[in-house]
Amino acid sequence: MSVLGRARPVASDAVSTAACTHCGARLAPGQDRFCCTGCAGAHALVAGLGLSAFYGRRDTEAGALRPEAMPPALDLAPFVTLRRDGTRRLELVVSGLACGACIWLVEQALAAEADVLSARASLSARRLAVTWRGDASRANDVAATLGRLGFRVAPWSPACLRATEDAEGRALVRALGLAAFGSMNIMLISVAVWVGGDMGPSLRHGLHWLAALIGLPVVLVAGMPFYVSAWRAIRAGRPSMDLAVSLGVLATAAMSLSETVRNGPYTWFDGATMLLALLLAGRVFDRAARRRARQSMAELLALQEGLVSRVLDDGHMEAVPAEAVAAGDRVLVAAGERLRLDGVAAVETLLDAAATTGESVPRSFAAGQALPAGAVNMGAAFTMAVSAAARDGSLAAMARLLERAEQAKGRFVAIADRASRFYVPVVHAVAALTFLAWWGVLDAPWQGALVNAVCVLLITCPCALALAVPAVQVVAVGALFRRGVLVTSATALERLAGADHVVFDKTGTLTEGRPVLILQGQDPAALRRAASIARASRHPLAQALVRACPGAPIADGVREVPGQGLFQGAARLGSPSFCGLGAAMDGMMLVLRDGDAAPVAFRFADRMREDAAASIASLRELGLTTEVLSGDGEGAVAAAARQAGIDTWESGANPITKQARIAELRDAGRHPLMVGDGINDAAALAAAHVSASPAGATDLAQTASDLVLQRDGLATLPAAIRIARRAQAIARQNIGFSLLYNIVAVPMAVLGLVTPLIAAVVMASSSLVVVLNALRAAKD
Amino acid sequence: MDALIFLIPVSLLLGLVGLAGFLWALRSRQYEDLDGAAARILFDDKPGKETPK
Repeated sequence: MSVLGRARPVASDAVSTAACTHCGARLAPGQDRFCCTGCAGAHALVAGLGLSAFYGRRDTEAGALRPEAMPPALDLAPFVTLRRDGTRRLELVVSGLACGACIWLVEQALAAEADVLSARASLSARRLAVTWRGDASRANDVAATLGRLGFRVAPWSPACLRATEDAEGRALVRALGLAAFGSMNIMLISVAVWVGGDMGPSLRHGLHWLAALIGLPVVLVAGMPFYVSAWRAIRAGRPSMDLAVSLGVLATAAMSLSETVRNGPYTWFDGATMLLALLLAGRVFDRAARRRARQSMAELLALQEGLVSRVLDDGHMEAVPAEAVAAGDRVLVAAGERLRLDGVAAVETLLDAAATTGESVPRSFAAGQALPAGAVNMGAAFTMAVSAAARDGSLAAMARLLERAEQAKGRFVAIADRASRFYVPVVHAVAALTFLAWWGVLDAPWQGALVNAVCVLLITCPCALALAVPAVQVVAVGALFRRGVLVTSATALERLAGADHVVFDKTGTLTEGRPVLILQGQDPAALRRAASIARASRHPLAQALVRACPGAPIADGVREVPGQGLFQGAARLGSPSFCGLGAAMDGMMLVLRDGDAAPVAFRFADRMREDAAASIASLRELGLTTEVLSGDGEGAVAAAARQAGIDTWESGANPITKQARIAELRDAGRHPLMVGDGINDAAALAAAHVSASPAGATDLAQTASDLVLQRDGLATLPAAIRIARRAQAIARQNIGFSLLYNIVAVPMAVLGLVTPLIAAVVMASSSLVVVLNALRAAKD
Repeated sequence: MDALIFLIPVSLLLGLVGLAGFLWALRSRQYEDLDGAAARILFDDKPGKETPK
C-alpha cells in the first residue's frame, strides 16, 4: 500500500468542509480552526519546529491524531537500553503512524532536539527507534513530545514480533531472489536450445551443462523452504503440497542432470527454477499479508500492556510489570485504571466489572470482598492487597480455559490442504504408472520413460494450486485490513465464510462498553463549564463528559476529592452526594453545582452502538441467524436485544455457560460466529467456529479472536463476511481451474508430447490466470 | 558462434551483479519497511539526523 497509491485529497478536504487543522476531524459549530485545545497545542508545536509541511502531505484518518487530554502516565526509563558507546536507545510502538508524512513529522520533531542522535520510524511495523546521549529519563520527554503531536506510544516488547519471524521472512525473500535470477538466466539459455534446431550437438551439450551449472545450485538452495517443510510432512506421515513440490522439483532436476550427461534434446532446469520462483512468490506475499495483521495485533496488545504501581514498605511507589507482583504485595489502583491482578481492598470500592461479568452498571464491592482482575476502578484510588500472582489469578485461569477450548476445537483443515490430500497421491500414482507403461509395456529406453514420468510430476506440480488460495488470501486480507479488520489466523476467512449463526455479547459489543453522556436538554453553557472542570480528572465519567464536549478549555485551579468530585472555587462537579443532593442510585451520574445556580445533573449510560441494528439487519440479509448471550441481568439484555433487533437472548451467562452454549450450537451442526469483547467471552470466542472482537476489546478477547475489528462499530462485520464469502468462492474457482488445466495437460505429459516450452507456457499462464482472478477478491 | 564465448559470461556476470545487489539490499534491511521507503522518497528536505542504526 504505497502512499501514492491511496492518496486522498486530505488537504483540500481540510479547507472545504470545516475540519480541524491538526487532526482533520469535523469541526463543531462555533469552533474556528481546531477541534480541541490538544490539537491547537499540537499545531503550535509543529509550526514552532518549522514542520508545517506535514499538513500538506499527511494522509491519516480524520481525528486519528487528536492528542489525548490525559495521556497515560507510564515511566519509560526502565525500557531504555544503554549501548556500548554510551548512547541510549529506546524502541517504541507508535500508534497513529499511518502515512509517510507521519514518519517524517515524528523523525523531524525528535531530531530537532539537540541531544537526539537519530530517530527512525518504520511505517509497516509502527516502530520507532530513538537514540540519544544523556539521561535515561529523557525517554519520557520523547514520549511527551509524541503525545503532544497526537501519537500514542508504548514500549516495544520482544513479544511484539518474534525475531525469528524476521529471519524466516528474509530467508524466504532471499530464496525468491535466487530462484528468479536462476530461472531468468536459464530461460535465456533454454530458448536458444528450443529454437536452435541447426545447433551442433557439442554446442547443445555445452549449453546443457551451463544450464545445469546455474540450475543445480539454485534448485538446491532456493528450494530449501519446501524441502524442510516436506521433511516435516513425511515425519508427520501426512502428504502435503510441499512434499509434492519438493518431489517434483528434485525429480525434474535429477532427470535434467541425466539428460545433460547423455546430451538429450532438452533439459528441464528452466521449468524447475521457474516453478520454485512462482511458488516462492506466492509464499512471500502470503507472509507479507499475515505479518501485517500480526504487527497490528502486536501494536494493539503493546498499547494495552501496562505496569502496576507497587507500594513499597517505606510508602514509596514503583512501577513494575504485573507479572512481577507476588501474592501479598500491595498495589495502588488509580481512578479509572484497570485491575491487572486479583486482590482485596480494605475500603469499599466502586468497580466496573463489565469485562469480567458483563454487567453494564458499576457495582460497589465491600471492604474485604474479592476484586476480580479486569475490572475498572470507577471510584477513588485505593490500595489493594494482591491475592494471587498473575499466573495463578483469575485472568490466567481464563487463559487456561481458552487454551482447552482451542484444543477441543481441533484443527480446521484448510481447503488447500484438503485438496492436496487427495491430489498428491493421485499425481504420484499417475507418474509411476506412466513410467511403468513406457518402460514395461512399450519397451521404451528407461531414460525416455523417466522423462515422461517426470514431465507428469512437473506439469502437475501444483503451481497454480499453490498460488490459488494464498493469492486470494493476500488480496482479501489486504482489503479487510484497509477496512479496519485484522485477520489474525490463517484459516479465519474460510471459517468466516462458512459461519451461519452469530452470537453476540452485549456489554462492549452491541453496546459501546463505556459510559456515554445522555443529553437531557441540559444548557450547553453548563455542559461546557462541566466539561472544562472535568478535564482535570481521569475518572471515566469525567472523561465521558469531556468526550461529549471536546472543545471545552481546561479550567484552572481544579482540586479533586478522589472518588467524589472536583472543586473549582465555588463550583462543584461530582457525585450527587458530593454536591449535597443525597445518594445516587448507581454510579452513573454527575452533578454540576456552580455557586448558587440550580444544580445540573448529567446522566450516563452504556449506549447501544449506533450501527448495531443496521449491522444485524445486514447480517440477516446474508442469511445468518443471531442471538445475544450476556452475563448482564435479564432486563438489560432483553432491552438491548430488542433494540438491536435480535429475538433470541440469554442473560446471566458466565464464561462456562457461554462456552457450553457455543459447544451446544456446534454439536447441533451450526457454525457459530462469536462476537465478544470481555475476559468472560474469551473461552467462548476460542470455542466458536470463528470469532471476532470489536474495537476496544480486552487483550484476552483479542488474542482469542480470529478477527479484530479496529474501527468503532459493527458495520465492518457484514462487510467482512461478504469479502470472506467472495474470497472463498474465488478460491474454489481457482482450485477448479487449476484442476481443469491438469486434466488437459496430464494426458499430454503421459503421452510424452510435452516439451519444456509447453511446460513453461502452461505453468506461467495458469499461474497468471489464477493470480488475476484472485485480484477480484478485494471488491466488497 | 564465437561471440557466445563472450556474451554468455557477460550476461551471467551482469545477472550475478544484480543478484549480489539484491542480496546486499536484503542484508542491509532495505526490505524491512517497504511502506515507509515508498513514502520517504517524497521527502525533499535534507535527511536531518535520521540514519539507520
